[in-house]
Amino acid sequence: MQFAINISYIAAAILFIFGIKMLGSAATAVKGNRISSLGMLIAVVVTLARSGLGYEWIAAGVLCGAVIGFITAKRVQMTGMPELVALFNGFGGLASLLVGWAEYERIKSVSWSSYLGEDPEIGPWFSAIVIALAILIGGITFTGSIVAYLKLSGKIGGTATVFPGQKAINALVMLGLVAAGVLFSINAEGVNAPTLFLVVVGLSLLIGVLGVIPIGGGDMPVVIALLNSFSGLAAAAAGFVISNTVLVVAGCLVGASGLILTMIMCKAMNRTLGNVLFGGFGAASGSGGQQVEGEMKGVSVEDAYYVLEAAQSVVFVPGYGMAVAQAQHAVKELAEILERNGAEVRHAVHPVAGRMPGHMNVLLAEADVPYEQLCEMDDVNAIMSTVDVAIVIGANDVVNPSAIDDESSPIYGMPIINVHQAKTVFALKRGQGAGFSGLVNTLFFRDNCRMIYGDAKSTVSGLVSQFDD
Amino acid sequence: MELILLLFTFILAAFLGFELVSKVPSQLHTPLMSGSNAISGITIVGALIAAGQADGNLSTWLGFAALVLATINVVGGYMVTDRMLSMFKAKKTD
Repeated sequence: MQFAINISYIAAAILFIFGIKMLGSAATAVKGNRISSLGMLIAVVVTLARSGLGYEWIAAGVLCGAVIGFITAKRVQMTGMPELVALFNGFGGLASLLVGWAEYERIKSVSWSSYLGEDPEIGPWFSAIVIALAILIGGITFTGSIVAYLKLSGKIGGTATVFPGQKAINALVMLGLVAAGVLFSINAEGVNAPTLFLVVVGLSLLIGVLGVIPIGGGDMPVVIALLNSFSGLAAAAAGFVISNTVLVVAGCLVGASGLILTMIMCKAMNRTLGNVLFGGFGAASGSGGQQVEGEMKGVSVEDAYYVLEAAQSVVFVPGYGMAVAQAQHAVKELAEILERNGAEVRHAVHPVAGRMPGHMNVLLAEADVPYEQLCEMDDVNAIMSTVDVAIVIGANDVVNPSAIDDESSPIYGMPIINVHQAKTVFALKRGQGAGFSGLVNTLFFRDNCRMIYGDAKSTVSGLVSQFDD
Repeated sequence: MELILLLFTFILAAFLGFELVSKVPSQLHTPLMSGSNAISGITIVGALIAAGQADGNLSTWLGFAALVLATINVVGGYMVTDRMLSMFKAKKTD
């Protein structure tokens, strides 16, 4: 029986590998996700075939989880996707933590000597280390994701929270965590081990909170991708705890893919991971950067209509503001009208626009924007000088020319969408305040830029009705 | 020996993972993330084993909680990814 179970685990691992590979290409992604879910089903079913399992607890647990997961997945709005991904991530991390903890409780109840068997090849330290690792990574993933969830859903402020001595405190907590983990591992059979274990649990949960609160909303794509990676590593650590290959393989695959996404996001911001995690970026308001001469020039929806009406080439640049205003359907409508009017329409998506990797693509896909109209940053920058009108919808730092021409700017060097090269720029914005990073956007002061203040959705709808008249 | 094999597996899987997703179009970043997040719910296997050893003590309760959370992660994660991807697909067939 054990042999059949292990063979099935291999089959499940193969399905996960194919699933992830197919998720990387638009043509095969749907199938890839289903193949990987089939792998999960196989892994679950064969696990149930293990001897000596009581099914009452299992049935209750699976039923509860499935109902909650089903309802949440059905009801979520596409605009709520970043926080949902963060939340699921956190649940996965906590589950791995609890698996490690449950195994430790089981070891305590049967005693280490009978758990490891007669004359074990490796002492209790290895099991203790991997349990501590599952707790540590799982705990950080859980509370880190919960903080990210609270920030993304607006339940707490999205800006970076920094306080004096923060780095020192974080370093101390981390040091304490490592020390407790090491002491626990080298003396897992000692009388102090259960206390040290609880210290590891507590500090892991604490470090997740402390680690994410100093990270601002605009850096969330990096954090979400990194936490995604951690949730995989936590599962892999849990796999070491219970000596289960499929957990190790699947967890490690997720860990690797999450890490790659993290690196892609960092590259798109021209920052190192260390700078994102420890920089406290966006906490200080208006720090750095040059003073800007001139003023922002507003324009009415009606005047904007006349410019758009004559435009031959239009580029939309969506940002987090589009998500907040839920303006994606109105944008799609305006894009259609402009096309009928003879203009060439593109949507330029910056890799870190929004609050999670690929955030804008999800929203535009929801609004049925044709795939051919979606452009990546480099392609659209090449033709930007031929563009008549660039419409910036709630995007800020990803179109800030300071990244190119102001060496003192904190975002200097970050690749941006060069909308300032377009003939005319309309920037849709709620008010005159700075963006999440607190940086002044010099784009708004340029001669070819006009601000349209107000809610993005009603502005875009206003433009649509101008065309209708 | 078994532990060495597990480590070996872990390292090979890491290299495989890096090879698999080194080039992903940005349009698919979110689905890849939420799809792989669902895979990280594989910890459900550990949760099943822990919850199934029903002796009603702390270990079972911890396993039960792990099982509920992992199932939410798995079921919700796969469904949400599928929903997202079907939007991408729908517009391609137009």
